[in-house]
Amino acid sequence: MARGIKDKVAILGMGCSKFGERWDSGAEELMLEAYKECLKDAGIDQNQLQAAWFSTAIDEVHVGKSGIPLSMTLRLPNIPVTHVENMCASGTEAFRGACYAVASGAADFALALGVEKLKDTGYGGLPGGRGGPLQVLWNANGTAPGNFAQLATAYMTAHGVSGEDLKKAIGHVSWKSHQNGAKNPKAHLQKAVEMDTILNAPMIASPLGLFDCCGVSDGAAAAIVTTPEIAKALGKKDIVSVKALQLSVSNGSESGHNSWDGSYFHTTRIASKKAYEEAGIKSPRDEVSMFEVHDCFSVTELVTMEDLHISETGKGWKDVLDGFYDADGKIPCQIDGGLKCFGHPIGASGLRMLYEMYLQIQGKAGPRQLKDPRIGMTHNLGGAPRENIASVAIVGRYE
Amino acid sequence: MVGIVAYGAYVPRLRLNRQAVYDANKWFAAGLRGLAKGERSMANWDEDSITMAVEASRDCLTSHKAEDVRNIYFASTTHPFKDRQNAGVIGTALNVEQNLSATDIGGSLKAGTSALIAGLNASKEGAPTLVAAADKRMARVASSNELNYGDGAAALLCGTENVIAKLVGHHSVSMDFVDHFRGDESDFDYGWEERWIRDEGYSKIVPPAIKAALAACKLNGSDITHFIMPSLMPAVPKQMAKMVGIGEGAVRDLLGATLGDTGAAHALVMLVDALEGAKAGDKIMVVAFGQGVDILVFEVTAEKDKLPARKGLSGWMARRKEEKNYMKFLAFNEMLPIDKGMRAEFDKKTALSVLWRKRDMIYGLVGGKCKVCGTVQFPRSQVCVNPNCHAMDSQDPYAMAGLECSVMSFTADSLTYSPDPPAYYGMITFPEGGRFMADFTDSDKDQVKVGAKMRMTFRMRDNDQMRGGFKRYFWKATPV
Repeated sequence: MARGIKDKVAILGMGCSKFGERWDSGAEELMLEAYKECLKDAGIDQNQLQAAWFSTAIDEVHVGKSGIPLSMTLRLPNIPVTHVENMCASGTEAFRGACYAVASGAADFALALGVEKLKDTGYGGLPGGRGGPLQVLWNANGTAPGNFAQLATAYMTAHGVSGEDLKKAIGHVSWKSHQNGAKNPKAHLQKAVEMDTILNAPMIASPLGLFDCCGVSDGAAAAIVTTPEIAKALGKKDIVSVKALQLSVSNGSESGHNSWDGSYFHTTRIASKKAYEEAGIKSPRDEVSMFEVHDCFSVTELVTMEDLHISETGKGWKDVLDGFYDADGKIPCQIDGGLKCFGHPIGASGLRMLYEMYLQIQGKAGPRQLKDPRIGMTHNLGGAPRENIASVAIVGRYE
Repeated sequence: MVGIVAYGAYVPRLRLNRQAVYDANKWFAAGLRGLAKGERSMANWDEDSITMAVEASRDCLTSHKAEDVRNIYFASTTHPFKDRQNAGVIGTALNVEQNLSATDIGGSLKAGTSALIAGLNASKEGAPTLVAAADKRMARVASSNELNYGDGAAALLCGTENVIAKLVGHHSVSMDFVDHFRGDESDFDYGWEERWIRDEGYSKIVPPAIKAALAACKLNGSDITHFIMPSLMPAVPKQMAKMVGIGEGAVRDLLGATLGDTGAAHALVMLVDALEGAKAGDKIMVVAFGQGVDILVFEVTAEKDKLPARKGLSGWMARRKEEKNYMKFLAFNEMLPIDKGMRAEFDKKTALSVLWRKRDMIYGLVGGKCKVCGTVQFPRSQVCVNPNCHAMDSQDPYAMAGLECSVMSFTADSLTYSPDPPAYYGMITFPEGGRFMADFTDSDKDQVKVGAKMRMTFRMRDNDQMRGGFKRYFWKATPV
């Protein structure tokens, strides 16, 4: 394997807008909200930025294509701006671009900014549309909840888990995230929810009910990265560095070859394994302090914790019910409230997850602060269980 | 010897309870009470005359190879396209294109028999000819037609080898007797008084034509074992039979109680019904009335008992689900301005160039089989999907529509727009290899399970109403 970028890149500053139904703001205002916090935190002048990566996924309902919207909105100094889109992994993809620019020596300071303004469509849920001119002729008339609901049916079949047990476990996933989100002023949904309410909610796509689905909201998040040496020279303490950045993309074997049983994420298994290698992590269950994973749906999180090699395959639901991933559990997961409470402005989500890791490692997470976290891992899953992009980032104390 | 060599039929699963229709409309049309008995077939929202004709044709071709078919005649008064060869869509769905002549026949309720006469004539020289007939007629709310009509299809393969019902003779007359019509500007039929139709139409046009047909066939009325004559007036066929000396016992049931009148398809639907129970030597007369009359006479041969089993009319009739929700019937037929929500607004424009390039995949459900590793896959691609193969340019076309498959995972989705929510869909896998995420149709909660056996059926996915009704067809999975 290549040498990787472990400890070659440090996060100099980060910012995150308030997430939610931001009827008051368009994508541009959200971008500036995150960026202002980020720039101030980084402590540099805008003119020092040498490159930027800009992530949005459904830009046809807000800013439009290209790097221009970011450059125009921030009035960037005519630097290269690259627009990236990799579905729900877009935010992490923007971060990866900025980190690689710094790690390669091409830039001393690079910006990654992700935004999504979803709430101007006039209806709930993600904006519709089924792909290109061939896809619309044969792809099932599906939605995100319908695609991920099938992960639940396949998981139950593969591991002999009863519908009742699974519903309880995925209910707990959402319950735990709501408990955490209630302590986060930037979250969209800041309310704890009773288990009974979760279990008895209306069905969206069976077996996923309303509380098994994350919110749909508007938001933006940003990071400025540099090298650890420059960060130190600028007087930064408690430096957070990047330990690993990995991506794995489906090639059709899950959706087209009968070797996949539908109960797991093939790509997440690959990306996380590579990330542990890059970060030098031998025993993730013992070494990772906290997770922000892609809980677009409660069952996604449950299965992901197995595919990140933390819970044993087929046993993740037991860890969940044991409280292993709760705020006071062994490895807290979604300590900021997750997609469940933040909602999922697609281009922003990966950066929003890193924002929480960054705050936690620096001890700046307020009432949510965990005790002495050293390594944080984020994960995004773009697409559907059968065809997707898995992205993984590991950040931690620079030591 | 030319005649029928195979038959098939199709009836939608839903059967609309007529009492439920009457209960909804009796405040306005109390006079329909006498028709509020039994049930009529009701197409699902994704069925039209093309999809029903494809299913009937597949049923018919259970025993024969589609690629041997040289002509397809498709009879209907409700062809989904005014200008686009509807019969050609059936051909593509059956994976027949080369050496095929496809023709639509319509414009009259005797279109089915006219197509059959044309098909028999075309197959005389040994060219197997498929005759499909289907109708899905609209009827005004609270009309008698709404109760009398049914949706359905029949298909007959004509040829000269292993004939199960030999053509004894046929006879037609054509005269512009307008008992009803449907103009270019209307979805609905407009009819004249029944008593006039009976006395001046049927009674004066049909008996002389039957007599001429019998004479040409050198038969007497009493020789006829099965007398098939669709009519919305149940007494008329009996009356016609009596007028020409055909025994009352020979008059076939109109299938009104359980199916309804399937329009241009009905004479052929009734013929399939008769063939299913017929014995060698039986003589079948088929009469269809509509701006004249077509008459065909067949004699059943000993080959009939050798014909391999198929669902046939009885099989499709047995696959039944009662529907008492008249509102659903109206909504399926776009007769109710239901609030579909914004998710129904997505543009359904079809790239015709893409459809042409991928027609075997989309209309024929043709996938690929890798020559290197043998993996069957859908869609066919240039690089094999098997992670241990990935051979390039290695796949031969592989037809998958006829294969049984099973459910690997599924959901019932209440978020996506469907005319019949929740939308059932899931990953289906073929035992030979190959899988894809498919829409399900004709599916109920208790039928859809992991591991459930499914068959593929040709259906409408979308109707692009913004462009005058371009129907998008593809294959869906339905419980076996």
